[in-house]
Amino acid sequence: MDNSVLLKIKKIVGIEHYFDSPEDRISYSYDGTPMLQQLPEAVVFPQNIEQISGLLYLANTEKFAIIPRGAGTGLSGGSIPVENSIVVVMTKWNKILEIDTANLTALVEPGLVTGLLQKEVEKLGLFYPPDPGSMTVCTIGGNVAENAGGLRGLKYGVTKNYVLGVEMILPTGEFLKIGGKSVKDVAGYNLKDIVIGSEGTLGIFSKILLKLIPFPTRSKTISVNFKKIIDSGNSVADIISSRITPSMLEFLDNTTMNCVEDYTKIGLDRNAEAMLLIEVDGRGSSVDEDAETIVSILKKNNASQIRIAENTVEALSLKTARRSAFSALARRKPTTILEDATVPRSELPVMIEKVREAASNFNVAIGNFGHAGDGNLHPTCLTDERDSSEITRAHKAFGFIFNEAIKLGGTITGEHGTGLAKKDFLESAVGKEGIEFMKKIKMVVDPNNVLNPGKILTMKPRCEGTLPSRREQIPDFHAHQ
Amino acid sequence: MISSKDKALLSKYLPGDDVLTQCMHCGMCLATCPTYELTKLERSSPRGRIKLIKSVAEGKLELSNLFAEEMNFCLDCQACETACPAGVQYGKMVESARVVIEQSNIGSSKINKAIKRFLLNSVVANHSRLKLLARILYFYQNSGMRTIITKALSVFPFAKKLAEIESLSPVISKVFSSDGMEEKTLSHSKVKYKIAFSTGCIMDVAFADINFDTVEVLQKNQCEIITPKAQVCCGSLHAHNGEIEKARELAKKNLDVFSGFEYDFLVSNSAGCGAFMKEYVHLFADDPQYAQKAKLFSERVKDISEFLANIEPSDQMHPLEEKVTYHDACHLCHSQKITVEPRKVLQQIPDLKFVPLEESTWCCGSAGIYNVTRHEDAEKILERKMKNLRGTGADIVVTGNPGCIGQLKYGIKKYGLKMKVLHTVSLLKKSMDGKSDLKNLP
Repeated sequence: MDNSVLLKIKKIVGIEHYFDSPEDRISYSYDGTPMLQQLPEAVVFPQNIEQISGLLYLANTEKFAIIPRGAGTGLSGGSIPVENSIVVVMTKWNKILEIDTANLTALVEPGLVTGLLQKEVEKLGLFYPPDPGSMTVCTIGGNVAENAGGLRGLKYGVTKNYVLGVEMILPTGEFLKIGGKSVKDVAGYNLKDIVIGSEGTLGIFSKILLKLIPFPTRSKTISVNFKKIIDSGNSVADIISSRITPSMLEFLDNTTMNCVEDYTKIGLDRNAEAMLLIEVDGRGSSVDEDAETIVSILKKNNASQIRIAENTVEALSLKTARRSAFSALARRKPTTILEDATVPRSELPVMIEKVREAASNFNVAIGNFGHAGDGNLHPTCLTDERDSSEITRAHKAFGFIFNEAIKLGGTITGEHGTGLAKKDFLESAVGKEGIEFMKKIKMVVDPNNVLNPGKILTMKPRCEGTLPSRREQIPDFHAHQ
Repeated sequence: MISSKDKALLSKYLPGDDVLTQCMHCGMCLATCPTYELTKLERSSPRGRIKLIKSVAEGKLELSNLFAEEMNFCLDCQACETACPAGVQYGKMVESARVVIEQSNIGSSKINKAIKRFLLNSVVANHSRLKLLARILYFYQNSGMRTIITKALSVFPFAKKLAEIESLSPVISKVFSSDGMEEKTLSHSKVKYKIAFSTGCIMDVAFADINFDTVEVLQKNQCEIITPKAQVCCGSLHAHNGEIEKARELAKKNLDVFSGFEYDFLVSNSAGCGAFMKEYVHLFADDPQYAQKAKLFSERVKDISEFLANIEPSDQMHPLEEKVTYHDACHLCHSQKITVEPRKVLQQIPDLKFVPLEESTWCCGSAGIYNVTRHEDAEKILERKMKNLRGTGADIVVTGNPGCIGQLKYGIKKYGLKMKVLHTVSLLKKSMDGKSDLKNLP
């Protein structure tokens, strides 16, 4: 990037909020996604919306890219820089602006850490349910941009179910306010649902208005082991069809259990083929009744050991252990490629088997865990980026898994987003028309393709280089597009 | 370009590729890192620093002053290791990067490096010299000279920082424990355990009382105690500050000294020393002469709270009606993973009211000699600890490391809290004595 442009950027945010040393560029070249990295030209921490707007105006005139970033825990490469880009970090926008106990809403800045919001609202007897595995670190802005899910998705839904409104700066620099405190609002297109999950390609959030609900007063946490993995899948299907909606219904296979046990030492059974972690919550005696029904279903499905957590400390340690699963798998091998294939929940037992098939067919180690209750699995390939043939096999295994998930009526990603990592598989999930529709939206909102370009979609300029002058040059031209 | 001298340093001291690639940069460490909390910059975070070390190792980043700054900014509190599900050995990486920095031309000036090296290698590592310096300091602290000098310093605005650092210097004990203790101390009752006792160097000269308390508590718990006169500094301060060769030299000396005695456990009351002596086994893993000796040694190292929590509790405890909270020393909770034991031991004291401390495992800013070498950063970290301590409303804060004790005392005075600081073992001793003189503690 031209020095004069960098100078203009520095002038917009101020020298103390501008960083371009090699050390800073290196430490913003990655996020939580394995194997993807790219140096940005600079890293900035904007102080107000005028500065964000100024940066976007400049990006449009000087033709560079802007990469918005929260805590950088994303798993699809959404906040990884691209060529000729600067990173705009929002972590210092971390205030809770208002908790409205009359309307049950929270107005927050995008850099607020999700877990901290939960802690604060819980003090008031309120509840913000979305709980991604990284909730002690990740930010609300990142959660909205990725439409993050979590362990409680099955009963409480995901981030989009809790966003009432956003304030944002558009890629062309204008300010836009969407939604508000009204529970019902059908004025015009539902723009909220277009920007939620847009992975930082349609705007940079400056404020987010969230819905809160009353905190469930009672809960019961059950952990259960299975000698046969198939019994765990059948238990999940039986629980769902018994008209009970647990607040959590998590699955871990033997590989994952062993890695988690290595880290947490909370006494998981290293020999079980699989385990489920189940929580029911609510008010009054219905919680106990649901727990009893679940226990009888588990017994019918050959559960080898059923344990009900005695107190909240024990329940919390089980849930914390589950949240560490992805990172704990890195104990086995240095590179863990985590995927996010999701199927209708009735197909879960089939999908678990397909993942095992992928591991043996392509000769790769796969640890499998995930949100069984909503059909969202996280098959994780344990590999080493220095071994290129193994990486190739891992990619093939995932191609197979994605295909099977789509065949079962599922999708390629349930909660991590498309980003860079799953871009190649997007068409198989949403179709050509789906891609075209998305491209049209992006083109209208961001005509110069300056905001997080290359994520989700590849927006190629209509014409690049010299046009072919002879017919036989055309295939060659297309090959380079 | 990286010079050939730097290249040689990197390949000699940085850990191998397997250690460096273990980090998958998931970011679970960010929320636990005190320095990232201060700057909110990735380069001040554990995963950021690992990425920088990896880049240096791969030749993609030159050894730079900013690199040195970030490595030294780290407290080495290892809270990130506790938070890391993948088991990344962060401490090992950052400590080895410091060895490289100390021997290269980056970081602090040659004079500063030389002064630090002199203090570590020629004073701390040489116990008779440390004692001599402590004697001088004792005279200074008790002769009225201190009052004169601190008053004089306070007149000049530029010397304010100096005066603050001066007030951090530990109060030197009148009698050093190594002088006031026999090599063998008998048990008060039938001998059940033979204990070797590591006196520590700072504990010995600045917190001798804690050492005397430790020995007495052990005596009352059926222990016979051996305190080898020839033991030397454990080397932990050296290892954490880039002087790994000196650390190995000291460790070898200790291995030789302690192997001359018969004992069941080696008890330490300094979290930092205990943590490092448990590391000896890894330090000498590839040394044919010392590997076996180090293994036998490290296996038997126990923190005093760890030892006491695992034996039959003494029946000589008297009630203490005090409101007590506990601060986890980093080298106990993060390095040695000891959190349950000290709390268990404290709860053996009848009538004691235990109040939990918010963020009890967050570093207090002492971090070895960090509060002297990086005083301003340590002050910011201390502020957070003091806020949490104030929230407990406790009368006494208990902890298990001399550095923390000094830093907490300094902070409590600075922030005007009404709270006493005691080592775990000292509170136990008070309960065993049955006479609470806590109100009169300094």
